[in-house]
Amino acid sequence: MLLTLSAILTDGLVYAAYLFIVAIGLTLIFGVMKILNVTHGSFYAFGAYGAATAVGIYANSDLPAALGFLFMIALAMAIGLVMGLVLERGILRLVYGRDEVVVVLVTYAVFLILEDVIVLIWGPRSYAAYQPMVAAGNTELGELVLSNYDIVLVAIAAALAGIAYWALKFTRYGRLLTTVIFDRETAAAFGINVTLVYTVTFVIGAMLGALGGAVMAPKMSITLGIGVEVIVLAFAVVAIGGMGSIEGALIGALVVGICRAAAVHLIPQLELFVIYGVMALVLVVRPYGLFVRAQPRKI
Amino acid sequence: MASRAQWVGGLLFLIAAAAAPALPEWVASLVTIAFANALVVLGLVVLWRAGLVSFGQALYYCIGAYTVALIARWTGFTDAIALVLLGGIGAGLVAALVGFLLARYREIFFAMLSLALSMILYGVLVKTESLGSTDGFSVATPTFLGYAPHGHALGLSLYWLTLAVDAIAAVLVASYFRSVTGALAAPIRDNEIRVEFLGVSVTRVIHAKLVIAGVLGGLGGALAALSIGHVDPNMSYWTTSGSFVFVTILAGSASVAAAFIGSLAFEAVRSIAVDVMPSLWQMTLGSALLLTILFLPEGLGSLMGRLRGRAGAKP
Amino acid sequence: MSNYVRIPLALAAVAVMSAAGMPAHAQQPAASAAPVKLGIVSFLTGPAASPFGIPGRNGAEIVIEAFNAGKAPAPFNQVGLGGTKIEAKYVDEAGTVQNVVTEFRNLVQRDQVDAVVGYVSSGSCLAVTPVAEELKALTVFYDCGTPRIFEEKARSYVFRVSPHATMDSIGAARYLLAKKKNLTSFSGINQNYAWGQDSWRDFLGAMKVLAPKVEVDKVLFPKLFVGEYGAEVSTLLTSKSQALHTSFYDGDLEAFVYQEQARGLDKRMTIIMTTGEAAIWRLRDKMPEGTIIGGRGANGPLARDTEIKKWFEKIYMDRYNIPPTYPAYQMAQSLLGLKIAYEKAAKDGKPNADAIAAAFKGIEFEGPAGHVKMALGEGHQGITETAYGTYRFNKQKQAPEIVDIIRYPAECVNPPAGVEAEKWIADGMKGAKCN
Repeated sequence: MLLTLSAILTDGLVYAAYLFIVAIGLTLIFGVMKILNVTHGSFYAFGAYGAATAVGIYANSDLPAALGFLFMIALAMAIGLVMGLVLERGILRLVYGRDEVVVVLVTYAVFLILEDVIVLIWGPRSYAAYQPMVAAGNTELGELVLSNYDIVLVAIAAALAGIAYWALKFTRYGRLLTTVIFDRETAAAFGINVTLVYTVTFVIGAMLGALGGAVMAPKMSITLGIGVEVIVLAFAVVAIGGMGSIEGALIGALVVGICRAAAVHLIPQLELFVIYGVMALVLVVRPYGLFVRAQPRKI
Repeated sequence: MASRAQWVGGLLFLIAAAAAPALPEWVASLVTIAFANALVVLGLVVLWRAGLVSFGQALYYCIGAYTVALIARWTGFTDAIALVLLGGIGAGLVAALVGFLLARYREIFFAMLSLALSMILYGVLVKTESLGSTDGFSVATPTFLGYAPHGHALGLSLYWLTLAVDAIAAVLVASYFRSVTGALAAPIRDNEIRVEFLGVSVTRVIHAKLVIAGVLGGLGGALAALSIGHVDPNMSYWTTSGSFVFVTILAGSASVAAAFIGSLAFEAVRSIAVDVMPSLWQMTLGSALLLTILFLPEGLGSLMGRLRGRAGAKP
Repeated sequence: MSNYVRIPLALAAVAVMSAAGMPAHAQQPAASAAPVKLGIVSFLTGPAASPFGIPGRNGAEIVIEAFNAGKAPAPFNQVGLGGTKIEAKYVDEAGTVQNVVTEFRNLVQRDQVDAVVGYVSSGSCLAVTPVAEELKALTVFYDCGTPRIFEEKARSYVFRVSPHATMDSIGAARYLLAKKKNLTSFSGINQNYAWGQDSWRDFLGAMKVLAPKVEVDKVLFPKLFVGEYGAEVSTLLTSKSQALHTSFYDGDLEAFVYQEQARGLDKRMTIIMTTGEAAIWRLRDKMPEGTIIGGRGANGPLARDTEIKKWFEKIYMDRYNIPPTYPAYQMAQSLLGLKIAYEKAAKDGKPNADAIAAAFKGIEFEGPAGHVKMALGEGHQGITETAYGTYRFNKQKQAPEIVDIIRYPAECVNPPAGVEAEKWIADGMKGAKCN
């Protein structure tokens, strides 16, 4: 029993780390720009494919494995940077001010296009990037064996949460961001360059999406369609926590992670329903998600 | 007034019905499916006018389809007209029920909660191995008031049935848009609280819209199930809802007709894209959508308005 | 003024489309010079493209090329089909069943193909079947596994040369019991959709018949494409089972293998992968040693070393620089079956669908995956032998190997004609001929 309990906690934590890494970019963009960014799935996929390319290049060199991991992340984030910049400057700014749904659909259209761009660049075959995970090895904890790479993932998630908290509270840009989140018009009236804030936010969000794909790449097979599943997963986590709230995404990820691990260990039949069941329950009880205060309505 | 337009619309429906036997079968079948899906889109237009976007409309689509398929499977009853009605009623009942919950939600939370509900139905159907899980099962060949056509005649009968249901739905929804509660959609979208001050229960108006959209979704699903001849849980998956929203935005909320135009255009573009570029059709489809949004801000529906406007400006 | 007037434009669009459709009707094939048109449908996009769709399409491309050049080995050495060259049209299977059915109709009615060969997903096959019957369109399924197609109803125009999936699960159970004499408990991890559920149900049923005392421990059904199996691996690490059954494929299979290996699960239990063969060339030394590998029949390294197998493997290797996996074999088998049926029916001029279907029934031939007998579903469903083996990565040759292969005759792992697969297993697999 104790074994199962500790397994649920560790598995839940690892899954939560994955969800948080995947969702943080999405919630950031939503919080600031009020855009439900479907292209997030593409950033994730490009990050993963980029990581596979990086690992492929790196595996042929004789440098230490840890550096390879960093190279992989650097390449993925560079891809995210370029994509975010091109997308925001090239397309999204043409539709600012349009109905929110229309903007969602623009990101959906771009997502569809990018799905085929993947085929054009990498072809339809699947890729692997397992080397960093194999190099990390594992740790035995009694009956359970933990992958060290999973521990790294949890550390990355914690670091991201910490950095996000610090950046929003204690840096100049973070405070500008908070102002824009709170009231865009007033922020603009006070001379804040909202356009620039948007661009920077979107690019950071894109880089975080690509980072998610890159750090998950060693654990999976990088194949067509990996972005699709991630979108709705990230949406669910973000909706549970409260749209646009970083701490919400963290709590949402933990709730879903632990619930899923518990289901797999105790009632595997329910695994399929966990995410949507939790989402429906949370929304019924707290219509705006766990971490968003009910907002006054404008008259 | 509206009467002339309605005459023209009705006449063209009749022409479409009369032209059916001359259409190549694959075109007729494509139009049937597009017009069945158009009903779901019409429901989304009803919601969108009030500012609501459902990422879970596939719930009703799937319920309509499974209602038809299950009744035919369990009872052997195959009358298409009754089955389609039952599909609409079944979905309408579910919409009325979940409406008590959903009608309180707005914006993204409405979208996400409706998505969650449709995904729960998906999960239940996937778990139901006796109904073939994700493989689904086939729908019995329908009959029409005792008439049991096959081959081309069956396709034509389904085409006419879909056209008839569409025409009735179009007339009813158009008159709903002109009614007082229908006209409240835009004020609700702009500012709910002011509408409440008028003494109108916004929740109740939205609940009614949810039921209308649910019934339309169910009818669409029922017709689609009959014309495809197969149902599967994927009909309730979020990507199915996504493509309905896609068509709705493509069409625009300007008019009833937009739903039909949008749905037909979508099916046509998709089919052509798959035909011309079998491995790059998503790119083609995405580009078409992107260009529409960028250059036709009010959707395909507005294109027609523009053409008409230009024609009217001529001396 | 109402917006009602816009409906006409929808109808105008219909008119335009139908006009566009007319030429296809007008160009009726003129004489024998017209090629035989085949529609080849498989996944060209989406997650199933890389493991199944693309190898299937590649298999079709090289086999059709060889047919057209008249370079396939005898008795398949006539040019094209019965002397007429083949023109193939490749269509993507991705999308909803609605799209799949629409594209099938387009192939048959718009493009006027003579036969359709394809489909990976069982859902697609089940949806296409009634339409094919209604349109009287000759259709050969190549990869989908559900036995329901010919069990629900007798079919006239639909064929499947590749055996259905029941054989994979029964073969897996027989091999596991032959190799693990001291087995006391087993677990399963399968994707939560029809393929995974059916595979597990048949495997469990076969195990209950063959070894009723062996216990079932963990039964896991993660969501399809979930990609992260931390909790599942932990659950299995706490299990005392000596064997783990999985029908995972490609993306999910590879992700599971990477993740379980990082935590040493395969050191504790033997994994049986019913579709493992499709992944060995990519996983190479990442596939755990000692894994029990199946390939939906005697395909790839599980196939007998016959002339026709060597031919197929060679032309595939020459073009794609990777050995063919089982979907490619299944496509090749399907096309070879169609060729035999077509040429049998083509004795007096170009045959129609009825003539080909009549000729197709009950044929037997030797393909790269062994002897095919169209024995089930009134001669519409093929059976072949199947084989399972144990995986080893040969470090000297730097190549995957499957050793300890055991072959099971077709009648040992397939139900007799007229008996439903699920019922046959539940009733104790009576009449299985294993020697």
